[in-house]
Amino acid sequence: MSTPAPEPNAGCSAPPERPVRFVHRGRVVEVHGPQACRSVLNWLREDAQCPGTKEGCNEGDCGACTVLIAEPADERPSAGPDDPVVEGLRLRTVNSCIQFLPTLHGKALITVEDLAGFDPPPGPGPHLHPVQQALVDHHGSQCGFCTPGFAVSLLACYEGHQAAGCRPSREDLADALAGNLCRCTGYRPIVDAGLAAFDAAPRRLPAAALRAQLEALAASEAPGPVLHAGGFHAPRSLDELAALRLARPQATLLAGSTDIGLWVSKQFRALGDILYLGAVPELKRLAWEGDTLVIGAGVSLEEAWRALAALDPALREMGRRFAAPPVRHAGTLGGNVANGSPIGDGPPVLMALDAQLRLRRGTRLRTVPLDDFYLDYMKNRLEAGEFLEAIEVPRPASGTVLRGEKLSKRHDCDISAVSAGFALRLDAAGQVAAVRLAFGGLAATVRRASQAEAAIQGQPWTEATLRAAQAALARDVQPLSDLRASAAYRLRGAQALLERLWLETRLVDPLPPAALRLRPAPV
Amino acid sequence: MNAPALPDAVLAAKPEVGRSRPHESAALHVAGAAPYIDDLPELAGTLHAALGLSPIAHGRLLAIDRAALQALPGVVEVLSAADLPGANQCGPIVHDEPILATDTVHYLGQPVFAVIARTREAARRAAAQAAKVLQLEPLPAVLKAREAHAQGLHVIPSMTLQRESAPGALDAALAAAPHRLAGQFQLGGQEQFYLEGQISYACPTENRGLRVHCSTQHPSEMQHTIAHALGWQAHQVQVECRRMGGGFGGKESQSAVFACVAAVAAVRLGRPVKLRVDRDDDFMITGRRHGFDFDYAVGHDAEGRVLAAEVTMISNAGWSADLSGPVMTRALCHFDNAYWLPEVRMHGHSARTNTQSNTAFRGFGGPQGALAIEVILDSIARRLGRDPLEVRRANFYGLGERNLTPYGQTVEDNVIAALVDQLVADSDYLARRAAVADFNAGSPVLKKGLALTPVKFGISFNVKQFNQAGALVHLYTDGSVLVNHGGTEMGQGLNTKVAQVVAEELGIAFERVRVTATDTQKVANTSATAASTGSDLNGKAAQDAARQLRERLVPIAAAQLAVDPAALRFVADAVHGGGRSLPFPALVKAAYLERVQLWSDGHYATPGLHWNRETLQGRSFYYYAYGAAVSEVLVDTLSGEHRLLRADLLHDVGRSLNPALDIGQIEGAYVQGYGWLSSEELVWHPQTGKLLTHAPSTYKIPTATDVPPVFRTRLFENANVEDSIHRSKAVGEPPLLLPFSAFLAIRDAVSAVGGHRIDPPLRAPATPEAVLDAIDAVRAAAARPA
Repeated sequence: MSTPAPEPNAGCSAPPERPVRFVHRGRVVEVHGPQACRSVLNWLREDAQCPGTKEGCNEGDCGACTVLIAEPADERPSAGPDDPVVEGLRLRTVNSCIQFLPTLHGKALITVEDLAGFDPPPGPGPHLHPVQQALVDHHGSQCGFCTPGFAVSLLACYEGHQAAGCRPSREDLADALAGNLCRCTGYRPIVDAGLAAFDAAPRRLPAAALRAQLEALAASEAPGPVLHAGGFHAPRSLDELAALRLARPQATLLAGSTDIGLWVSKQFRALGDILYLGAVPELKRLAWEGDTLVIGAGVSLEEAWRALAALDPALREMGRRFAAPPVRHAGTLGGNVANGSPIGDGPPVLMALDAQLRLRRGTRLRTVPLDDFYLDYMKNRLEAGEFLEAIEVPRPASGTVLRGEKLSKRHDCDISAVSAGFALRLDAAGQVAAVRLAFGGLAATVRRASQAEAAIQGQPWTEATLRAAQAALARDVQPLSDLRASAAYRLRGAQALLERLWLETRLVDPLPPAALRLRPAPV
Repeated sequence: MNAPALPDAVLAAKPEVGRSRPHESAALHVAGAAPYIDDLPELAGTLHAALGLSPIAHGRLLAIDRAALQALPGVVEVLSAADLPGANQCGPIVHDEPILATDTVHYLGQPVFAVIARTREAARRAAAQAAKVLQLEPLPAVLKAREAHAQGLHVIPSMTLQRESAPGALDAALAAAPHRLAGQFQLGGQEQFYLEGQISYACPTENRGLRVHCSTQHPSEMQHTIAHALGWQAHQVQVECRRMGGGFGGKESQSAVFACVAAVAAVRLGRPVKLRVDRDDDFMITGRRHGFDFDYAVGHDAEGRVLAAEVTMISNAGWSADLSGPVMTRALCHFDNAYWLPEVRMHGHSARTNTQSNTAFRGFGGPQGALAIEVILDSIARRLGRDPLEVRRANFYGLGERNLTPYGQTVEDNVIAALVDQLVADSDYLARRAAVADFNAGSPVLKKGLALTPVKFGISFNVKQFNQAGALVHLYTDGSVLVNHGGTEMGQGLNTKVAQVVAEELGIAFERVRVTATDTQKVANTSATAASTGSDLNGKAAQDAARQLRERLVPIAAAQLAVDPAALRFVADAVHGGGRSLPFPALVKAAYLERVQLWSDGHYATPGLHWNRETLQGRSFYYYAYGAAVSEVLVDTLSGEHRLLRADLLHDVGRSLNPALDIGQIEGAYVQGYGWLSSEELVWHPQTGKLLTHAPSTYKIPTATDVPPVFRTRLFENANVEDSIHRSKAVGEPPLLLPFSAFLAIRDAVSAVGGHRIDPPLRAPATPEAVLDAIDAVRAAAARPA
């Protein structure tokens, strides 16, 4: 198959379609045909005859379909045990029910069927992997339907900690498993198994061989624009993306597909042409430019929240509660911002940080404050052909207190009833020098509470000021009643979050996190 | 006479029953190698079905635009009520439930038509056109149980269960009581959320036969319902289930609509048809645990002893009867929980609403009824300023006195006082009670709460004929054993326990025993695997079959070893006698050569049960299972959020058949029940009646983070006083009541906001909003002058 060289107007004339190629069960698989919106899970179960991976909800919320994706790591080193990089391979769990097959192009797909084959000891098998054997020994399965997903999540946790030379705590495991629902066991034995797996002789994923295989796969890839059947474009550079976007302003931009996946799996929406952002290296950039943290639109939620938490450890728990690892791995903060859900958990914190959005249309770049980005429910300032390139976060002034808050029925992996981002700075006299308060869940868009801010700005940080701000907040917002909470609770909850901020930061007798928070961040 | 010494291996052999064996499929589960129905290889020509659902809560069905559906890509056939060859009926008790709607739709989500297509996706896409192809005339819908009850809308006649010491004694006792408490309480329903959704795969076989792979707790009922829908005899339909990915009661009666549609389509088209519902549709179509409303009035003395109680229970039955009658009966029979109620009257109303038809869910009404009395006792304690534990103890059933249940059964196996004493000591309850008070005194925002609640749960179906089971045991000439029984494996470890029972009975290695799929062609007329009775019934039936085989092997062994039959011992994978041993395979081989029948059936019927459905009196339960739990919580009084800090569980499983599996059931039930009472909120749209919480994105079951960091579970040393299987006790449902302690601990923490003087009006589930509402109410009441 010959591929023409890229032309200046690459976005206009469609290049030839190429098959989706990835590594599965030790072999390179080539999938031809219109597979653009076929889920990885359906491919596994229906085409590859690998039914070990299960469908529990078909919306990325139960984890029965969890698989592991391995891909050559970029230059960014592992950020810790939660971000396994093994022999130059980055490992990420994702929900295969909402991942489209072409997103596997150039990667390796690892499923529950693979585990027993990793580094097997001599003798007749099958030899269960240590995480599998520990699940058996600790009675970690009952009905067993969720178990393959747990095994894969435990494998990722195991590899990450083996690579880092440490063991997870129970809390680490609870987070690693936050995206896996079990209705039978009550989880205790599964967490026990996750700990006990480290007592056995280590058995590791064959990362070096896998990387060599992926490198060979990449080397065999023809140059030029990548288009898979069904209109799935996977541009390889920012310029290529910009040109494509200009030429196809109606196309669907796809990053982690943690939302768009459901448009297909639940709503049967036709997506038309797809511009996949996952192969654009510039969008994955995460770096400080002077005093500005630039978060590329393709940076995963996991990495983006890690960077934000470096500004203030108080943001770490918000990043954790945002979503479970498979969604944090697949989803992007840029997607969360551009999608613009009124209950998105990213924008309130970013608004409190006075984030700016770098928008690109063709070769034109402009910067829009996040404050001004949202126009109305699911409407924003993006023009036809324009896309979000990066989020710019200025370094907060010294002494700024940052908070990311969330109220929901369940602690982990729930959509917020109310979310909030706060930035507060007091001057030496105890007056409020600067304040930014942003809320999700209280209006048609995430937005700042300007009247509440006005009630605080320049005032002494006293209870009277707090009460005035709480009263003003009621005039700032128009909450709705829905399945998550009543309008009354949303307002009460938002006011309570303000009160918590005050109790933690007041000059007289501030309360420590342990007196205010159910799960204070470990010191 | 001196018997020759037994070999060391025999003396050292531990009994097979009582061992903590892993689940028989555990190694398959973890490898993704345990096939569920959707994992079975599809036969060539398999078609896929999807259901078209009513888009409104109540209305007249005027027409279905079948031509529009037929024209959609991949569609092979469209079925509606008129296409069913037999009875359009799948109500398990009352025949009020059409498989596909006829002239009226009764809830938003009711199946109206089925699309059969070449792929599952094509079927789903076509079925999703329901709102466009259905012509409907809306009728007024009733969505709330209280409203339906007020309008006299019920799915079955209302019930009254009462026991008075003399006519009129209840009212007199209420009037004369030194203290009186009246109030209301409300608890929500609960979605089973089995991880494997409903699925049936129907494959035509020769001579007008049909094999249906169905994820169901009740293969025999599916067999009969399918046969009725087809107008066939039962022997034409085979239903098979190797394992379910969870059931919890949701696959007892409510697998039927899926099984029937797949079956009818398969027979009509002469091709295999699979119906696997999407998770959202599963929520929209099937019912769940009944939410209940309670009105109560109790009279009590200064120690908090209940002197008389009258309670009205209104359950949300949904649109049809389903199992709402027996669920209400069990709720009425568990209002007493562990407590002696000298005078008692209960009214049960199963309200008909235009919502999904509610059904079995682990506990089957028992948890609802029992939570009501626990809340009442908690309120009594608070009003008296006493520790709720002391009030509970004062009300416990007595030993040999104060032991008659409201339904006339005497409690003869009561261990609750001793069990609670042990838990109080083990959990350090008293010291922690003081520590919680100290913490709260110094903590303005976060408040701790602590509670201990007991469990008494009756074991048996309260329909006599369901309390029976059958089994088949085959011995092959190599000494391997194949067991089949009427119970179904849904994760609870039933097959593991039954295999242990058979291995124990024959004295052989566990590995020789294999338990196969539940199959209506092997054991006929089975009961649902429900009411916690799976091991009790099927274990006994399998033991009966294995015992018959052993008895047939005795003469052979006696001859081979040249000893008196009375000297034989079957243990450690061999038969022993006269100082010699014969390995089990050699024994079986010898028996075969002697033409001994090497397979046997077994049967069991629970003795001593009787029940009068009219008077609601009798011996409904073979025995009771007991337990208790202490939970400690931390509540954020600013936001209403909370967190479990610690749980100590002590539970009575009699002599455990398998402690690891039993602990798994106990902990799993605790977390499941905790979810019911905390985060699992069901919300229907107040106008349209659409269930808004219809997927895990909106309906929140607990995750690993919600489990208490200190979680201690112990089995209470006890033996069943009845001759149950190896003196064990049922374990599926009773521990679902243990997390009452978590709910009441939240109540305790909320109450701390008002100095424990005000009774918190906390509804279940205790979502952050419910908790904050209760905190506001307590604060408001505390601020009012006394």
